Amino acid sequence: MEVFSGLIHGFAVALQPLNLFWCFVGVFLGTVIGVMPGLGPAATIAMLLPLTFNMPPTTAVIMLAGIYYGAKYGGSTTAILLNVPGESASVVTCLDGYQMARKGRGGAALGIAAISSFVAGTVGVIGLMLLAPPLAKFALSFSSPEYFALMSMGLAMVVLLAGDSLVKALLAMLLGLWLAGIGIDLFSDDSRFTFGISELLDGVDFVIVAIGVFALGEVLGNMEKRGEGTLLPVPKGLRNLLPTMAELKDCRFAFLNGSVIGFIIGVLPGAGSTIASFISYGLEKAVSKHPEKFGTGVPEGVAAPEGANNSETGGSLVPLLTLGIPGSATTAILLAAFILWGLRPGPLMIQDNPELFWGLVASMYVGNIMLLVLNLPLIPLFAQILKLREFILYPVIFGISVIGVYSVSGSLFDCGLLAGFGLLGYAMRRLDYPSAPLILGLVLGDAMESALRQSLMMSQGDLSILVSRPMSAGMLVLTVILLLLPLFRKVNVWRIKAIEENG
Amino acid sequence: MSGAVLAALGAFIVSEAWQWTYSSEEGPGPGFFPLWYGIVMVVLSLLLVAKSLLPSATARKGTDWTGVGRALGVWAAFAGSVALMNVLGFLTALALLTLFIVAVMYGRPLKVALAVAVGNAAGFYLVFGLGLQLNLPVGPLGF
Repeated sequence: MEVFSGLIHGFAVALQPLNLFWCFVGVFLGTVIGVMPGLGPAATIAMLLPLTFNMPPTTAVIMLAGIYYGAKYGGSTTAILLNVPGESASVVTCLDGYQMARKGRGGAALGIAAISSFVAGTVGVIGLMLLAPPLAKFALSFSSPEYFALMSMGLAMVVLLAGDSLVKALLAMLLGLWLAGIGIDLFSDDSRFTFGISELLDGVDFVIVAIGVFALGEVLGNMEKRGEGTLLPVPKGLRNLLPTMAELKDCRFAFLNGSVIGFIIGVLPGAGSTIASFISYGLEKAVSKHPEKFGTGVPEGVAAPEGANNSETGGSLVPLLTLGIPGSATTAILLAAFILWGLRPGPLMIQDNPELFWGLVASMYVGNIMLLVLNLPLIPLFAQILKLREFILYPVIFGISVIGVYSVSGSLFDCGLLAGFGLLGYAMRRLDYPSAPLILGLVLGDAMESALRQSLMMSQGDLSILVSRPMSAGMLVLTVILLLLPLFRKVNVWRIKAIEENG
Repeated sequence: MSGAVLAALGAFIVSEAWQWTYSSEEGPGPGFFPLWYGIVMVVLSLLLVAKSLLPSATARKGTDWTGVGRALGVWAAFAGSVALMNVLGFLTALALLTLFIVAVMYGRPLKVALAVAVGNAAGFYLVFGLGLQLNLPVGPLGF
């Protein structure tokens, strides 16, 4: 009943003209950047984040979330028509989607991707709506030791699945913790790691690091090579985009499989939509009557992964909104956005900001419908984006990045830092250091240190407080197990395989 | 190489944290948390260095130095344009950066590069300067 009344309230918020407009802008932009290979939702949200500071927080969250799930829809277009995934989550869609396109069924493949994304995206929102409130109530019993343990566990999961080398992933996370520690220590008023530079007393703004590492790092990485694929003909006309009844019938189980797997994987920090899409594809193939046909252009091979990567969005918002723990780089940037707007995602989020939570949930229903309407008839238009030349796109990204940083602080020093973090992002890419643990370390660093210090203040410096409380002890034991898992050869082989699939 | 740099950073963090209060009657001080993650950083970095020195370490794939050069060239141009913004203003610096990317990095004719550079700067002025009324760094010519 509580959920039902919350949802009604949410629709009243989401259907306000201003929110509808920005929801549309978000899903449209999301689709566009999803279509464009090489520019992900994390980079786009980081770049556009400063431009949302003058918006009401609910409207801004609705728009940024629209970019997040809109990108998942758009990613399939290039995967099917170009054999180039717009997003890493669409890698597996290439296997059957591109083969369908080569057989002249590209339109049907795009249609199945859009329908599956819609079904699973909606299931993901339903899951978010049903799971988030009870989880938030449960988390109300958490105190500082539990929060410290929870953040440690979240970071451990992200580190575990972030890169081939666990050591490099851990080092990236520690670098994030260090960056988070720059500035005035709020407990003692001491300045730390400021090198005598007054601009660093307030710390390093998250926006600068996120834009530098993701947007600039990504562009610099892309500039190393120029590769152009062959775009298959884009089917024209809505009729050519609709799958046949037989194809839809074949996809029945795939829609369900993708929706459920995607949501479950989404709730777990670190796993992400790419792993969700691979698992659901594997499951679909395992239960299929004709597994040998997978990879040759079967519609289920498109429906299952596309569903999973869209349903994962709803799942990933569960720990973010109820526990304040992001499970990926994109949700970490969303968490930073909440903090910048003065909101603190956590157990009290739904209770204290019902308008924002339910408005976001309802907007995701609306956004999914918008995406279905946008994606079916406008696919030929979106495909034109692929013709946009890199030499036009990249200077625009550089310009927006500078504006994003300068509009926050009005400081050219921060723009200089941006250049530095751009180089760091590129170096991390080249040297195989994953960037997600760095961003998570940066976002969670302050809160983690505060939780640890508050715990020790509660116990007069006795570290056993972290392991004497059952929930905290359980999560810390799990953290240690997660970090030790790669020592087991079989587990490590599986871990590396999962990461390689992650692209 | 990266391991050595991070080991040095870890050592710096430890040496700084060492000078701050580790613990007081009120609880852990500002040096407590950095000291521990600094130590872990040093240990992990040295592990990375040691691994790279092992004879069994797999050889890295050949580095595409041309690609690295391209990326670093663009980065240097970007950093230069940021430094010039104080003097030339945002729009002029962006136009110069665009000109460099289009003409030098992508080898397009100068006419095309000039058109893209002017178009890009004009687009930014229309959207962010006129449309969103953002205050951007201005040069001597007022833009």
